[in-house]
Amino acid sequence: MSHGQLLVFEVTILVLAIFLGFEVISKVPTLLHTPLMSGTNAIHGIVIVGAMLVMGAGHKDTLTWVIGFVAVILASANVVGGFVVTDRMLEMFKRRRPERAPTDEDGKPPPQ
Amino acid sequence: MSHTTRDLLYLVTIVTFILALRFLSRPDKARWGNQIGAVGMLLAIAVTFAQSEVVSYWEIAVGMVIGGGFGAVAARRVKMTAMPQMVALFNGVGGGAAALISWAEFHNRVPAHGNLKLDISIAIMLSALIGSISFAGSMVAFAKLQELIKGRPITYPGQQVVNGLVVTAALAAGIAIAAGGEEQWLMWALLGCAAVFGVLFVLPIGGADMPVVISLLNAFTGLAAAATGFELENNVLIVSGMLVGASGTLLTLMMSRAMNRSIANVLFGAFGQVSAGAAAAATSDGGTVRAASAEDVAVMLAYAHKVVFVPGYGLAVAQAQHDVRQLADLLEEKGVEVSYAIHPVAGRMPGHMNVLLAEANVPYPQLKEMDEANPEFGRTDVALVVGANDVVNPDARSNEGSPIYGMPILNVDQAQTVVVLKRSMNPGFAGIENPLFYNPKTVMLFGDAKESISKLIEDVKSL
Repeated sequence: MSHGQLLVFEVTILVLAIFLGFEVISKVPTLLHTPLMSGTNAIHGIVIVGAMLVMGAGHKDTLTWVIGFVAVILASANVVGGFVVTDRMLEMFKRRRPERAPTDEDGKPPPQ
Repeated sequence: MSHTTRDLLYLVTIVTFILALRFLSRPDKARWGNQIGAVGMLLAIAVTFAQSEVVSYWEIAVGMVIGGGFGAVAARRVKMTAMPQMVALFNGVGGGAAALISWAEFHNRVPAHGNLKLDISIAIMLSALIGSISFAGSMVAFAKLQELIKGRPITYPGQQVVNGLVVTAALAAGIAIAAGGEEQWLMWALLGCAAVFGVLFVLPIGGADMPVVISLLNAFTGLAAAATGFELENNVLIVSGMLVGASGTLLTLMMSRAMNRSIANVLFGAFGQVSAGAAAAATSDGGTVRAASAEDVAVMLAYAHKVVFVPGYGLAVAQAQHDVRQLADLLEEKGVEVSYAIHPVAGRMPGHMNVLLAEANVPYPQLKEMDEANPEFGRTDVALVVGANDVVNPDARSNEGSPIYGMPILNVDQAQTVVVLKRSMNPGFAGIENPLFYNPKTVMLFGDAKESISKLIEDVKSL
């Protein structure tokens, strides 16, 4: 693929991703705004792939090495921290569920 | 691994991210959505490791252990109240990583003259600019929420001019790079000016608006990540980055809509400027504040028919959710009808109060959303405001000069009596005066929310 064709292809998927990004979260309750923000925050941790590619390639001078190394550290913090924080937020929401229909081991409502 | 296999596996990652976003917008599947996204991320990392271009495994692994270890420990240890600033911090480092990638690419490509094609140089300029703004802006947001610096809007004369000059300088350096400039100092100028702009841009925004700003910077980081995808000719970066850029932008608009404010109003300092006038107006009313003792309030609560708790950020700071629950249980035993009125933006992030009260196992049916709660204040004997301020400020209904005019609020002033638990008479996080405190129906119970609630529990028990 020539450079021009590749560029057109990349721009095509970029534009499609814009529409998809708007569409996929069109109806989200207020309650989930923060977890969703945190979840998308984790997803842009995908820059770790870029950081790995920059750092991983051989034939590099010290400056590139240092920049790449710092980028890998920052991006890993983004990925791990992002997903863990989101999970902790959502864990809180989860725990409320059993209270909506309290049951004991037999599946019967507990005596009041 | 061949490039075809690589790209197909990257496509699987993209699909998991799309599913993650879809599920994260549904309460019943949100947690699963986050987990599937994490699996997709692991796959992308594994695939990248398997690339023949990637040779420095050990160095990368060490970097990942350092960064990932920090992320895991910070995210595990942080208190629920500090979640918003953690999101800001992790967003900032992601933006920083994108900016560094573009710096490395610029540095690597330049020695061979003419190696920098126009599209690549534009992508480098964009990811350096946006990534650097996002990094610096997020760090300021983090510092404000962590209260390392003042949460109030920070303004000074000539601010707009200074911001304008800095952003012009950043753009000039960026355009010079896009136009084929190959001097390294252009990149330093671009990164530096963009970072300074990021700081200046967030400083004048009030702490209460930080969630919206973090969401916007989150979208920025997504865009920067997409731009690095063009530099590295990598689809998974382009698509994932742009998904976050687009959904993050929409989410930012939804969040500012939940506060009934325009995004421009949130971002461009209107908040700080108007509030000075409104504050002056409120204090000139010359109302007096009535302070009450815990015993007085305990009597009011115990002999009420209906009590509504209105939690706010003060509840989160004091970690008083368990005590509030205990007090509520005690009142219920005495036959008082208890509920909680939850404002959608109470606390420092939407859903903040739901998270905290869920942690204290507050029964779900007692949590009332704003629309459900407001009609009930008319027949409420005591509205107990626990560390909330702006979300119960009647100025939002009636004072057109107020910066929060038009924001939907909880109408606690319609209750028979309002009890406000507050640390002091300092205005809230947004720095706006609240006439509710001067209302003759209102009594103030000063002190840390947790201590005040514990005292109330004791006093109600001893009645």
